Order: sequence, then C-alpha cells, then structure tokens
Amino acid sequence: MPLSRHESASLAKGLLFLSPWLLGFAAFTALPILLSLYFSFCDYSLLQPPVYIGAANYRELFRDPLFYHSLGVTAQYSLMALPAGMLVSLGLALLLNQGIAAQTVYRSIIFLPSLVPAVATALLWLWIYTPDRTGLLNYFITELSLHTSNGAAWLVKPHLILPSLAFMSLWGVGQTVVIYLAGLQDVPRELFEAAEIDGATGIRRLWHVTLPMISPVIFFNLVMSIIGTLQVFTIPYIMLDVTGGGTDRAGYFFVMYLYDNAFTYLRMGYANAMAWVLLLLILSLTALAFWSSKRWVYYQGR
Amino acid sequence: MTQTAAEIARTHPQPAPIAAYAIVAASTRMRARRRRHWLTHLALLLICTGFILPFLWMVSTSLKLNQQTIEYPPHFIPSPVVPSNYWTVLTHEKINFPLFARNTVIVAALTVFGTTFSSALVAYGFSKIRFRGRGVLFAVMLSTMMIPFPVTMVSLFAIFRWLSDHTAIQFLGTFKPLWLPAWFGSAFNIFLLRQFFMTIPDELSEAARIDGCSDLAIFLRIILPLSRPALAVVALFTFMNTWNDFLGPLVFLQRPEHYTLGLGLQAFQSQHGGTEWNLLMGATVLTILPVIILFFLTQRTFIQGIATTGMKG
Repeated sequence: MPLSRHESASLAKGLLFLSPWLLGFAAFTALPILLSLYFSFCDYSLLQPPVYIGAANYRELFRDPLFYHSLGVTAQYSLMALPAGMLVSLGLALLLNQGIAAQTVYRSIIFLPSLVPAVATALLWLWIYTPDRTGLLNYFITELSLHTSNGAAWLVKPHLILPSLAFMSLWGVGQTVVIYLAGLQDVPRELFEAAEIDGATGIRRLWHVTLPMISPVIFFNLVMSIIGTLQVFTIPYIMLDVTGGGTDRAGYFFVMYLYDNAFTYLRMGYANAMAWVLLLLILSLTALAFWSSKRWVYYQGR
Repeated sequence: MTQTAAEIARTHPQPAPIAAYAIVAASTRMRARRRRHWLTHLALLLICTGFILPFLWMVSTSLKLNQQTIEYPPHFIPSPVVPSNYWTVLTHEKINFPLFARNTVIVAALTVFGTTFSSALVAYGFSKIRFRGRGVLFAVMLSTMMIPFPVTMVSLFAIFRWLSDHTAIQFLGTFKPLWLPAWFGSAFNIFLLRQFFMTIPDELSEAARIDGCSDLAIFLRIILPLSRPALAVVALFTFMNTWNDFLGPLVFLQRPEHYTLGLGLQAFQSQHGGTEWNLLMGATVLTILPVIILFFLTQRTFIQGIATTGMKG
C-alpha cells in the first residue's frame, strides 16, 4: 500500500531522528554479529586475512575439553550466584520495606558497594581473601571459631574458588535491591489490608499477595541476572590472573577462554565461534525465561 | 441539622463494637509491629556492618605502613596513620595515577556527552513522531539490549583494525573505539528517555507545531529543557558505566600511556600486588572516591533512576 504524502513525510522525519541509532545499530551491532558469524567459519589470526574453512571451528569446539570446562565453570557459578543473589536481594528489599525509620540510610549503605568498579571490587576482595590468617575473612573465622579453625585458602583450593566468587558477588546486590524495593512500594496498600482482614498471616501474605504483585520485577531481575552471570569476566580475570583461572582452572569462565582465544592465541575464528555459542545460549535462556513467565508472572490489568 | 456524635452512636449502633474491636486489634498489631521493627533494625544493622566492613578495611589498609598490613592479629586502626601513602600513590612512577585518571575522565566525558544527546534525539523519534514501522524498530532496539559486549568484541576489534588500516584515521590504540559507538545512542538510554518523553503531554509539542516550530526546534526548546531529570539519570549511569568499564579498555587500548584507571590498577597489582597492599588499597580508594562522591551528591536522582529501570514490567 503506497504511503500518503503526509505519511511518507513523517516516515522521513522519524527516520531522520532515528538515524544515529540506525547507523550505530548497523555499524556496531548488526555488522559485528554478522561478521562474527562469518569469521566463525574462518581460520583468522588477525595477521592474515580470514580463510573460509567451513564448520571446522565448531567441530573442534565441540571436542575441546576446555570449552566444556569453561562452560561448566560458568554454569556452576551461575547456579550458585544467581539464586543466592535473587534471594538475598529480595530478602533485603522486604526488610527495608517494613516502613522503618532510617530506611534511606540502610538503603544507601546496601546500594553503595554496587557502584564500586569491578577492578576495585576484585582487588579489595583479593585482599580480604588473603590465604594465610592475616586475611580479614580468615581472621574472623579464626576468632569466631575460638582458634579451632584458621580459615582457608579461598582462592587457591579449587573447590572453594567458585563459592568464594559467588559469596562476594552478594556484596554487589544493591542495584537489584533498589529495583525490588521500588516494586514493593508500588504494591497497593489495600491489598495487604484486605489480606490481613481475611486473616492471612505474614508468610501467606508474602506468598499470595507480595510475590505475585512483584513477579514482573522478579522476572526483569531474573533475565538481567542470566545475561549478567553468563558474561562474568573482570573479577575472576583479575583475581585469578596469575594462575589463568586459578588452581586446575577452577575459575576459568567462558568469556575468559573466549578472550584468551581472541587476544592471547590470536585465534579470532575460534573465538567468534565461541561468541556465537554465547549469543545462542543467552537467547535461548532468555526465551526459556519468557516462556516460563506465562506461568508465574502476573501482569496487573492484563 | 448537624448530628452530634452521641446521636450517630445511637442511630448507628453497629459500628461501635467493630470500631472497638478494630482499636484493640490495631493496638496489638502495633505492639507486634513495634517488636518486629526492633528486630528489623537489628538485622539491618548487622547486614549493613557486613556491607561497610570491606570499605573500612580498604581505608584502614591504605593508611598503614607496609609491614603493618601483614601483622597478626590485624589492627583496624592503623598506628601510625600514614596518609602519605596517598601522596606516594599519586606520584608513583609505576601506576601514574594522574595520567590514568585523566584518560578515564576523557573517555567518560566524551561518552557521556555523545550518548546523552544522541540517545535523546532517537528517543524523540521513538516517542513524538508517528510513522510506520516505529513499533518494529523499537522492538529491534530493545532486543539489542540482550547482546552482551563479549559477543561482539572480537569482530568490533577486527572492524576497528580494518578501519585503521584502510582509512587515514587511527582507531586501535586510541580512545575512539571506547567512545565513538556511544555517539550513536545506546539502547538502554534511548529506552529510558523514551519512557520519560512519553509522559510529556503531546499538546505542548502540537501547540508549538501550529506556531510553526520544526521538530528539531520542539526537541531542543521544549522537550530537552523539560527532561533535565531524565537526562541527568542517563548522564550519571553512563558516567558510572564508563568509569567502571574494564573489558572495553582491555580489548582496545594498547599502550600504557592510554590506560584507564581500571587497567592501571590491574597492571600495578600484577606487578606489585603481593607486596604493597597499602599502596594498592590507596589507589583503589582513589578510584572509588569519585563514584562515591558523585553518588552522595546525586543520591535522589540516582535511586529513582535505578528504580525506574525495573519498572518496564
């Protein structure tokens, strides 16, 4: 159907205003993704132009133990950090939402660590996790256990590396807490009063009123956390740098292997195959979250 | 005729017992609530101590002599207090803090300025101009928010390398790959600003249009001045993200004289990490300080901005 003169005028005007994004999308999103798909079928070392080699990168990737290892590390970390982060941030938001005095002071304190740059967070916690008893965490453990334990070498023992990283990730839940808190403050008061008159106790009010009402916010935070935990890089890269992912590479995340392939071994084709695996993973997990949301996310007025 | 309270009580006998019940119930509830509040405060005080401790430990370490940092048991109050550590950090030839800070400020300023203006322009197109295909383009834009940087970084590197080789402009080894993409708007900022522009009534722009204003004039003279709070949120978030970015500079910057604070800190740590924790923590404090000061100056804007990001439902 041809556009009327007025319609085509406003189309031109609209596209004019959108032009920065349209150009940027083409140059810095669409082109890199398509190029990355092409490179993933190439042997490409940056020093020489890419040479098409078919699906060889993918065949090698699916036989590469380190690929599965780094994927497993990322998955294990996500399975610890994601539920813990969701629970702790929701719990903190519920605590803050009790209508208590000095709420904004508590909120600021909890929020502040989430502003700290990842490099600074990594260095600070590297210092807190210092393996001998001079480390702050080990000092507390020594004192609290009445010197029956000297703590542990948190970032050295392979089985402690991921739990340690997941634990420190809780220090940065502040942003999620603030988002939950805003969601909680939007729940109409009448609903609680009605539930209270009906005799619903605290836990049942939480389960039947609060959680359904903020389920869209939970969903939003879930999707953001999935995308976030899959691309963890900076903190393990800095904290476990010298050892390349720590003892037995127990903290060698997917994006660290991707980065090493691209910029340490200059295997750009192989790295791009990994980038595409990462993209497909994120898309399918997000799609899964959206699909499941029909069952548990409640949208008011829909 | 006005009724007295007694008359109301006489003519409406039922409410009284309910009211009495409600008062009793309310007062037990109040007492329970007060007890609960007390427990809530206790829990929050403990938790907040946990959140603050790492900061205190960092500041305390940064004020110690080097041999004190490995003392056992550790002392929270350094003695002697060595504020000169900060001077050492600022003048240390290895970390070159002033240069790295300058680099970070340059990248952050260019990114903030470029992305705020261009994102606003695009958000105007998405909110105030009706045209066919707008909904589809908006959906495409939202979905790009899910694509993380690690997915595109390798081919972006290749693109900037190609551009450096085939044009007269150098990209790799300069700050350009870090700030240039921001000048084309960023999906998250466009989304945030578009939500805000939608709340500005169309009557304002319609009236201006009847008076003969062009869309550009409406954008510059009406929408932008009315959107200062939203623009502040976008500028603030972008500044924080740029200040905190590590992977971008790691991929695109090559020479130490271009390093941002993140790269500089990491380089310093890998050279001296195990030995000079007091200086390293001093440098860390200095890196965090601008962000914390900015937060306290703009707290309200900040918290409201974060809160609205979760509100798209």
